[in-house]
Amino acid sequence: MTAALPISLEVNGEPVDAHVLPRLNLADFLREHLKLTGTHVGCEHGVCGACTVRVNGETVRSCLMLAVQTHGASVETIEGLSDSGEIADLQAAFRDRNALQCGFCTPGMLVAAQDLLQQETEPDRERIREHLSGNYCRCTGYQAIIDAVETTARARMGRKP
Amino acid sequence: MKASAFSYARATSVANALELLVAYGDKAKVLSGGQSLMPAMNLRLISPELIVDIGEITELRGIAVRGDVLSIGALTRHVDLLRSPEIAAHAPLLTEAAAHVAHPAIRNRGTLGGSLAHADPASELPASVVALNATIVVSGQTGERRIAAGEFFTGIYETALSAQELLIAVEVPVAQKNSAHFFHEFARRHGDYAIAGLAAQAIVQAGLFTELRAAFFAVGDRPILAKAATKLINIRITPAVLAEASATLGEELDPQEDQQASAAMRRHLARILLVRCASALLGPPAAGGPV
Repeated sequence: MTAALPISLEVNGEPVDAHVLPRLNLADFLREHLKLTGTHVGCEHGVCGACTVRVNGETVRSCLMLAVQTHGASVETIEGLSDSGEIADLQAAFRDRNALQCGFCTPGMLVAAQDLLQQETEPDRERIREHLSGNYCRCTGYQAIIDAVETTARARMGRKP
Repeated sequence: MKASAFSYARATSVANALELLVAYGDKAKVLSGGQSLMPAMNLRLISPELIVDIGEITELRGIAVRGDVLSIGALTRHVDLLRSPEIAAHAPLLTEAAAHVAHPAIRNRGTLGGSLAHADPASELPASVVALNATIVVSGQTGERRIAAGEFFTGIYETALSAQELLIAVEVPVAQKNSAHFFHEFARRHGDYAIAGLAAQAIVQAGLFTELRAAFFAVGDRPILAKAATKLINIRITPAVLAEASATLGEELDPQEDQQASAAMRRHLARILLVRCASALLGPPAAGGPV
């Protein structure tokens, strides 16, 4: 049973069929098998948040999920969110506010921030901090990231930032 | 790091999962939400031969009220606890506790059954089910066992569950009239493991505790149901009463020391939690100024 198992899933709207070893986690499956390298691998034990993706519409740590567990699921990565234009405004706000330096945390940060903005239209800074508390950034000191998310929330409400 | 190689079986029912657990014994590990198991495997702290994935067993899902009992399926995720109107109405302590478990992406996967079976002494849900006087329902080849939460946790990552059994549900007595709860933890950052925490369930009548179950976490090898809380029952809470209860608590606890806090600091924080719990549920102490 350690042999590769067949899985069928949807990744960024496209059907994917693959054979994967049970030990392969979702992050490595996306990066190594599908070459979707926007999902970053940092700590590999669920602490840093760099590997955050959406599975069936909900954010998960892709390093803490096995690829075999995604059989029948719909997975969305930063590439999907980016290419569809879903988070174009959020990405622009990150750029404008200089909310990234090295950019390693940014894909996970964007996925987590978009998750919050989908659930709450007008989160205050404390809520933004709380929702992003599982995503580490070692460059920015977070203030600019909070600013960018807050600005995007206000803009989506149709108000001036 | 990456997990070492293992075999994988997607269990189709509780009976199927039990067959696999009986065949493999402690060489198998049950995969529920995976939010503690996967880190341990990725860090190679454990290397099971077989992973039994129970994630697709629908009979382990669901939250239902049956008479005076709130039954919560083992696969109920932390995010489900947070959003459930039944939990908010009948066991609001769990709603509050779940908000302190890690971060949103973890709460979307991690499950109640997984957290209890993992039995990390610093985690929120084991202490909460002890405070709620819940019953843990486990299934084995010979049938079901019902274990009082207070007897379920036996040490660091150790429980009364055998390697051939599966935790299938938690039964919580529905909150009575006049019941009140308190949950607080001290942690370096939101979502981190607690340095010291308290989950408490009480019945308050005419300004007195007629019942108080105070379960401390991260201050011992398992959730500690404080005997000191009995000193606050059916008595008007004064600074002197609180001081005596908190002194008793300090003697009762034997916290571990680690990088985050010394034993003395944990003991101190636990005392503060007890005082805050009494103040939050009954109002400030009767006379003599702040404690």
